Amino acid sequence: MTERVVGIGAGAKELATEDMILNIGPQHPSTHGVLRLRLTLDGERIATAEPIIGYMHRGAEKLFEVRDYRQIIMLANRHDWLSGFANELGVVLAAERLLGMEPPVRAVWARTLLAELNRVLNHLMFLGSYPLELGAITPLFYAFDERERIQAVMEEISGGRMHYMFNRVGGLKEDLPLGWLDRVSAAVAETRRRVPDIEDLILHNDIFLARTTGVGVLTHDQIMQYGVSGPIARASGVDLDLRRDDPYLAYPELPVKVVTRSAGDCHARFEVLLDQLKVSLDLADTCADRLRALPPGPINQRLPKVLKVPEGHTYAWTENPLGINGYYLVSRGDKTPWRLKLRSASYNNIQVLREMLPGHLVADMVAILGSMFFVVGDIDK
Amino acid sequence: MLDVVLSFAAILIVFLVLPLIVGQTEHKVMAHMQSRLGPMYAGGFHGWAQLIADGVKFAQKEDVIPAAADRRIFMIAPGVALVPYLLVLIAIPLDRGLVAVDLDLGLFFVLAVMGVGVLGAIMAGWASANKYSVLGGMRSAAQLMAYELPLVLAASSVAMAAGTLSIPGIVEAWQWWWLPWQAIGGAVFFVAGLAELRRPPFDMPIAESEIIMGPMTEYTGMRFALFMLAEYVGIVVLSFLTTVLFLGGWHGPFLPGWLWTLVKVFALAFVVIWLRVTYPRLREDQLQKLAWAGLVPLALVQLALTGVVKVLL
Repeated sequence: MTERVVGIGAGAKELATEDMILNIGPQHPSTHGVLRLRLTLDGERIATAEPIIGYMHRGAEKLFEVRDYRQIIMLANRHDWLSGFANELGVVLAAERLLGMEPPVRAVWARTLLAELNRVLNHLMFLGSYPLELGAITPLFYAFDERERIQAVMEEISGGRMHYMFNRVGGLKEDLPLGWLDRVSAAVAETRRRVPDIEDLILHNDIFLARTTGVGVLTHDQIMQYGVSGPIARASGVDLDLRRDDPYLAYPELPVKVVTRSAGDCHARFEVLLDQLKVSLDLADTCADRLRALPPGPINQRLPKVLKVPEGHTYAWTENPLGINGYYLVSRGDKTPWRLKLRSASYNNIQVLREMLPGHLVADMVAILGSMFFVVGDIDK
Repeated sequence: MLDVVLSFAAILIVFLVLPLIVGQTEHKVMAHMQSRLGPMYAGGFHGWAQLIADGVKFAQKEDVIPAAADRRIFMIAPGVALVPYLLVLIAIPLDRGLVAVDLDLGLFFVLAVMGVGVLGAIMAGWASANKYSVLGGMRSAAQLMAYELPLVLAASSVAMAAGTLSIPGIVEAWQWWWLPWQAIGGAVFFVAGLAELRRPPFDMPIAESEIIMGPMTEYTGMRFALFMLAEYVGIVVLSFLTTVLFLGGWHGPFLPGWLWTLVKVFALAFVVIWLRVTYPRLREDQLQKLAWAGLVPLALVQLALTGVVKVLL
């Protein structure tokens, strides 16, 4: 017989209790990988929370410095493995800006289309996985059905299902296959038809509402202090979307509807994701129509065998599905960057957990964690 | 003597086969509700032998006991979770005169023994020497406290109506108009029973996305399989009890009585599976609120209703 003292004082004020330290992760089903949270629990109530990161640090920024630009695109699309195409974009935009290179107009529209399809894929993933964390297993399968449809068109064009590697400095890797745009439109139309199913399944469910409304409220101030961005920030009423506020690619010509909510709780974050999904489907349709109307022309530019980016520095940021993704590129005229600083969305978004979690229950911790829509690779880089 | 042994053997077979059928049904029903196929290979025809294959796999696995665990309690916990449900089945009639043991205090016995099953989860939670398991065990205990009361209140309403605690006696006294009369009690009983089984949406103590598997986190191999079996036997027992207490057991036109009982049992088991596919999980404070502010008052209303009708008749 081993003797053991466990400090769970279930609400007993007069008894001496001690706090329990609970490590959530690095191996835990609701951390989507290897995030670790060190919680101090009083019963099931969280007293303090500390996110501990770095279990998946792959030294991406250091690797950027010893790879040429073609290789960097491949490395860069891996930190947030749900937004491969959007990650590639920042790198090529920065390099093109320093080179003074103007990609062909068809490439610009095709990039915009692919970026929006990528956003749809990313959001569908979280629309499926978030209910799963609250114990509803079915929406995941609905969401993955839709993902499969969109992934099929992405796979057709690039050969990849997650890591597309389809951007090149100066354009795209190859021209669009014949009839591909029609297949995109069909997939988008079918997905638009099916998305309300996911909505009906979970969004107005009583238990889902009880678990998410008023839970994990993020204030405007906290968002400003921690640099939270993307759908999480917009769910708290921070009306910032780079597609509209600092447009890149073809976004200046597109009617980007920025989805915001004011509640700032888990439910608002989920709603923002759902609405952004619909907006992205519309944008993808518009892009496909524009691409059809464009006259034939090149999709990329001929590059020299060794691509050297002239001396200088620039910062290219894009509205990634999970938030602002920025690359600060410093070049000394070599074929590799001298420094390429990566500002990833999840890294900033996850820091605020320290302020959000205390006071909530362990069960709420899962609801909040799931609604922060992070990818561990994007945190650890 | 021989017939007692025979009926116990029959109970054991029913006890082992029905949960497997429910488990396989869950695999298939869940899969088709989620646009999947579910098991398709084991045994050939639509994966009918999947659970047998699972059982073989579980039997082969190493039985790991954590170094810091309270070994003896850790080892007997799955048995404590499973055996009470076996005992409960003894007192449940399948047809008129088809019951292993006709106890005068059958309902009392059944409810008392069912409560023991939950102890298995609490023991496992404590003995595993794992913080997640402790949290799960505590949640189990809280859930047992909250849901035992509405369960007993709802069941006693039927006993009042029938004027007996013998389960065959209750089914014998059952009339079709008891359906609307005892409807509230039936719903309360079924929901409270679900919570006692820790099935979704009341699976807080297991909650794999929060506390991994709660009390079962550290279990592997056969002991884990026993816990899983206990869950499915629990579904069978709950469906049987709801059937005989509130849905009239063997009563029904055209079909033989035992078939009516099984049809009702499987319809209820289907509902249990359906709820799992449909609903997210409640938080434990919401769960407690549902019990104390929702189910207990409803059960009391049912008791009052039963009493009034009984006096007026």
